[in-house]
Amino acid sequence: MRALVFALAVLFATPALAVLPDEVLEDPVLEARARALSAELRCPVCRNESIDASNADLSRELRLLVRERLVAGDTDAEVMSYLVDRYGEYILLDPSRGGTNLLLWGAPLGLLLIGGAVAGVAVTRRQSAPEALSPEEEAQLTDLMEEEEDKRS
Amino acid sequence: MIVELGHFALITAFAVAIVQMLVPLIGAWRGWSGWMAVGAPAATVQVLLIGFAFAALTYAFVASDFSLQLVVLNSHTDKPLLYKISGVWGNHEGSLLLWVLILALFGAAAAWFGGQLPETLRARVLAVQGSIGAAFLAFILFTSNPFVRLAVPPFNGEDLNPLLQDPGLAFHPPFLYLGYVGLSMAFSFAVAALIEGRVDAAWGRWVRPWTLAAWLFLTIGIALGSWWAYYELGWGGFWFWDPVENASFMPWLIAAALLHSAIVVEKREALKSWTILLAILAFGFSLIGTFIVRSGVLTSVHAFANDPERGVFILAILGVFTGGALALYAWRAPAMQARGVFGTVSRESALVANNLLLAVSCFVVFVGTIWPLISEMAFDRTVSVGPPFFNAAFTPFVVALAAILPFGALLPWKRGRGRVLRPLLPALGLALAVTGLVWAMQTGRSLGGPIGAGLGVWLVAGAAVDLMQRTGRGDLRARTRRLMRLPGADWGKAVAHGGLGVTIFGVAALTAWQQEGIAALDVGDRLEVGRYEVELADVTRVEGPNYVATRAALRAFENGRELGVLYPEKRVYPVARMPTTEAGIDSGFTRDLYAVIGDPQVGGGWAVRVYVKPFANWIWGGAILMAIGGAISLGDRRYRVAAGAAKRAPLGVAAE
Repeated sequence: MRALVFALAVLFATPALAVLPDEVLEDPVLEARARALSAELRCPVCRNESIDASNADLSRELRLLVRERLVAGDTDAEVMSYLVDRYGEYILLDPSRGGTNLLLWGAPLGLLLIGGAVAGVAVTRRQSAPEALSPEEEAQLTDLMEEEEDKRS
Repeated sequence: MIVELGHFALITAFAVAIVQMLVPLIGAWRGWSGWMAVGAPAATVQVLLIGFAFAALTYAFVASDFSLQLVVLNSHTDKPLLYKISGVWGNHEGSLLLWVLILALFGAAAAWFGGQLPETLRARVLAVQGSIGAAFLAFILFTSNPFVRLAVPPFNGEDLNPLLQDPGLAFHPPFLYLGYVGLSMAFSFAVAALIEGRVDAAWGRWVRPWTLAAWLFLTIGIALGSWWAYYELGWGGFWFWDPVENASFMPWLIAAALLHSAIVVEKREALKSWTILLAILAFGFSLIGTFIVRSGVLTSVHAFANDPERGVFILAILGVFTGGALALYAWRAPAMQARGVFGTVSRESALVANNLLLAVSCFVVFVGTIWPLISEMAFDRTVSVGPPFFNAAFTPFVVALAAILPFGALLPWKRGRGRVLRPLLPALGLALAVTGLVWAMQTGRSLGGPIGAGLGVWLVAGAAVDLMQRTGRGDLRARTRRLMRLPGADWGKAVAHGGLGVTIFGVAALTAWQQEGIAALDVGDRLEVGRYEVELADVTRVEGPNYVATRAALRAFENGRELGVLYPEKRVYPVARMPTTEAGIDSGFTRDLYAVIGDPQVGGGWAVRVYVKPFANWIWGGAILMAIGGAISLGDRRYRVAAGAAKRAPLGVAAE
């Protein structure tokens, strides 16, 4: 039984670390750029993880690919477009700021402006609203005050 | 036999829920007291029946009854007892059963402690609560029945997803559900008030304790989930902006807004219809969250059991309840007359700003979460929206919220002058000094660290100033004495606001100053990360009850002084065929030392990764402070009297 468990353990073992030591580039500046880029790339076969955090084999290949392009002298933007050409826009965790995505990127400011306008109108209205005395209440008040006057005199 | 009884109890509960939905509602409409009175006993019977069904399912899991399909799919005889029990809700069917159990519990609590509510309001609240119960019980019985038997039971089960075999599963979902489902009370009160056509200060006072309880449970649930992900997923992330996380965060944001606007209803009778809208939205987002988590329409790293078919049913529930309530709102809300008048500079205006920022930030998270879906359906463009978007879009709202919070907390109701803010000057000076100091100390790095530190100090110092201002004038001794006698609401407010500051600081510090080292280490090799160093002392094979693990012993040093030994593990669960990582963490007040072990490397040695995570515990510490603040506020005598629960606060009820 124990032998079987070990056999199974070996069979299903997968890399349990995302970035592996043999991937790390010697140039710390390039490595830092590689890490920053991999944090913004989605692992295409995982549930919702960046290739930087994912253990999948494909993520490892993509991490190596990113480093390969960087060593070859690509800029960050060139590496990204290289990957988008191959894997589609889906791979970008940082959605591009073009086309229909402008709706997404404009949403925070747009929603704030709409909400702010509504709130602004509501607050100004509360300022100028009448001090909640109806005509009857007004009449009652005058009566009471007149009574007081009468008592005093 | 017990399982069949449980199944039968669940079907009976469905029938009772329908009675609870219809009879009190008709009674309130026609003014028949007898019919209205049916609500309370029906709610009690419902919670007992669902409780029995839940107990029956738990029994099947503990006894490893493999004639039950659900037990086969999610359990194994070798699994430790704790995970046999928590496995009950570690799957779709069981987690929904827990959902309706908590829903029924809240309904029953409203029946038991709502004695002082007006008769018709109480009847309507219970009817709405019953209708939600009926919908979800129908969902369970018709699409997700946990009591399905197998004709030929197997010898053993297929084990639970190993990531879920953690004490985190025992506590995280129940707290989260107490929060999610607790918001149904605010929803029921809002719908009942719309039917009544009446919202007044008393309504605000009834709603607030329920919202506060739900919010504080949600806070604890989210914090537990974040902490669990931190130590379980293997790289120490605490928040991924994943759809499932956002699903719990959106109701939290709206509930936080609702808490604050209900204060305005209660104290000033203003913002009534807005508060009603928030109450509807808060539960609406809970339902959206349930839909996102259960349907799997959005890929999530936390998905553990979902089925798109069932998603349609939840979508229908979501549409009927949120859509129905919003329609009712559009029809009846104009009748809600606001009374309180307030100036531009006032507590009311500050709370409007709070509500604006919280609600808009919630909608930003919502848009980001569902954008991949919209983009694909409307524009045929497959995109992802990940942490970079959320960090950029959400952070400004938090900064703005934190910046105005201490000002708003100090402003008087109705009409304020800038003068009253003068006591905050020292706090402001301190915060700016800290920002500058931190900026100078960490030259060349992002702004996040200094701003986070400054905001943290600003919130904590602001909360302290707020408390001291409440003690009035006089010498320091008299004020200190009065400080201890301040009402719970004042203390709760200060503690919760301070907690927010602590969390903001923790998040900013961890994000800005984390350090990381990766290396292939042979036994005896060392890896240096910042001021710290680890030495791989040993690697052993360990056999657990239902897994085998590779365990490393890492000796940790700080500036050459030995701190202790970390034991990170890499486990493999043969039955579930999945590996997991168990991080070795040395927790400290100012930093966590976080180590993970990987596989043997081709060139020799073991892959080892070590992080220094500054102020990591402050993130959850702050969240716990917020929850404690909520609890203190809930304990305030004024609410217990007003909520009609003279002997026990709602907290005690919900925690049963």
